[in-house]
Amino acid sequence: MEPEHPHEAAVAVEVQDLHKSFGGLEVLRGVSLKARRGEVVAIIGGSGSGKSTMLRCINFLETPSAGRIVVDGEPVAVRPDGAPADRRQIERIRTRLAMVFQAFNLWTHRTLLENVTEVPIHVLKVSRRDAEARARALLDRVGLADKADTYPAFLSGGQQQRAAIARALAVDPSVMLFDEPTSALDPELVGEVLGVIRDLAAESRTMLIVTHEMAFAREVADHVVFLLDGRIEEEGPPDRVLGRPRSARLRQFLGAVA
Amino acid sequence: MTELLDALGLTQSVALLSLQPPGWGANLLRGLANSLRIAAGAFAFGLAIGLAGACGKLYGGVILRDLLAVYTTVIRAVPELVLILILYYVGTDLLNQAAAALGYGRVELSGVAAGIWVLGIVQGAYATEVLRGAIQAVPPGQLEAARAFGMPPLTVLRRVTVPAMLGHAMPGLANLWLIATKDTALLAIVGFSELTLETQQAAASTRAYFTFFLAAGALYLLVTLLSGVVFARMERWARRGQPPVGGSA
Repeated sequence: MEPEHPHEAAVAVEVQDLHKSFGGLEVLRGVSLKARRGEVVAIIGGSGSGKSTMLRCINFLETPSAGRIVVDGEPVAVRPDGAPADRRQIERIRTRLAMVFQAFNLWTHRTLLENVTEVPIHVLKVSRRDAEARARALLDRVGLADKADTYPAFLSGGQQQRAAIARALAVDPSVMLFDEPTSALDPELVGEVLGVIRDLAAESRTMLIVTHEMAFAREVADHVVFLLDGRIEEEGPPDRVLGRPRSARLRQFLGAVA
Repeated sequence: MTELLDALGLTQSVALLSLQPPGWGANLLRGLANSLRIAAGAFAFGLAIGLAGACGKLYGGVILRDLLAVYTTVIRAVPELVLILILYYVGTDLLNQAAAALGYGRVELSGVAAGIWVLGIVQGAYATEVLRGAIQAVPPGQLEAARAFGMPPLTVLRRVTVPAMLGHAMPGLANLWLIATKDTALLAIVGFSELTLETQQAAASTRAYFTFFLAAGALYLLVTLLSGVVFARMERWARRGQPPVGGSA
């Protein structure tokens, strides 16, 4: 796929006209967005606006009702019912999309080191030695070098989420998907996680971040998308979207969360 | 030592339980070994059925789920003694028909294989329910994370589902193992020389019923106590990632 602007980076992930219904409830009604390599896209919106569902449709944790997902120029093949047509293709694509969950979802029966090496060793077939060396470097990077042999349940939420980010980085993803990464954290722990994400933005990682942290979105995002009732109500550069919103509903939303 | 036994009137019992003939101790231990061999085999076979059955009940299609519901309901409804008779005679009959169809003569099913087959099928029904409950107790987010990172279904099962559910399953599995060790006694009815039948024969030959059944009871108790220690250790290991809450096995 040719980029629209040849001087800009290639598109890492593209969502085309995404629809998703749960039973009779239409959660997404035609959402399209793209993230170029190195771009940080923040997705904001009220609860029930469909932002988490949109993110989860990208890696097919939810099956889109209609629409197309393209990762690194490769469209995900789907059956008529919308489910992935080729299990191996979607598994391969998923290894390039690393997700960081609201509830961390670390594997509780494995130490932090084992959590970080799990996918490299057992999915990507990296040697244990290489995987462990890299995992230790990543844990060090998120400030958890001394917790490598600790089980997740013995750590604070902030530490668990930083470990989950290390787990995501371990697969060397094209795109990182953050699903409200700080929403389950005590207020005093939010900063340490945002700090790690901020560092990742600074080194030009491609990221889609669903967040309620408006100041953070404004600081790190290249592009902000405001979802409302399953549609994109407004989008653009953060200073404009968050500083001078055109939509009355966005102004109302920003007023409510400020 | 001898005087003490004399004083307690146990000299005769000790002689009867001696490992050297004319003592019957060796027979009892041989019976115990057979019992444990069958219990271990049936437990393992039951676990394999149980894991497949639990996955079938949770992720299978409608027909598979219905078939499994019939299996677990029927097996758990019928008394084990009756099941053992049915499965033993049906099993040997089927085997002989198959052998005949392939042009072989009558085959004699070994006692151990028959015992494992019969008790394994019974254990499988209970294990299906134990493991289904344990799998459902695994936080869905852990399976979701595995899928989100591109793990194939069997890898998810092996690397995430099974190790994550083991802690929940361990108390139920310990029960199943203890039931397996004691259900082997029911195999006496089809003439398999496990601990209970050996005991009965020893007791009948010597008329020392009290001595031999007490000895057999002690052996069963010993097995239970040792199993308790082993399962407590395994549960501690299986729950290694969980902070301690309240008591444990």
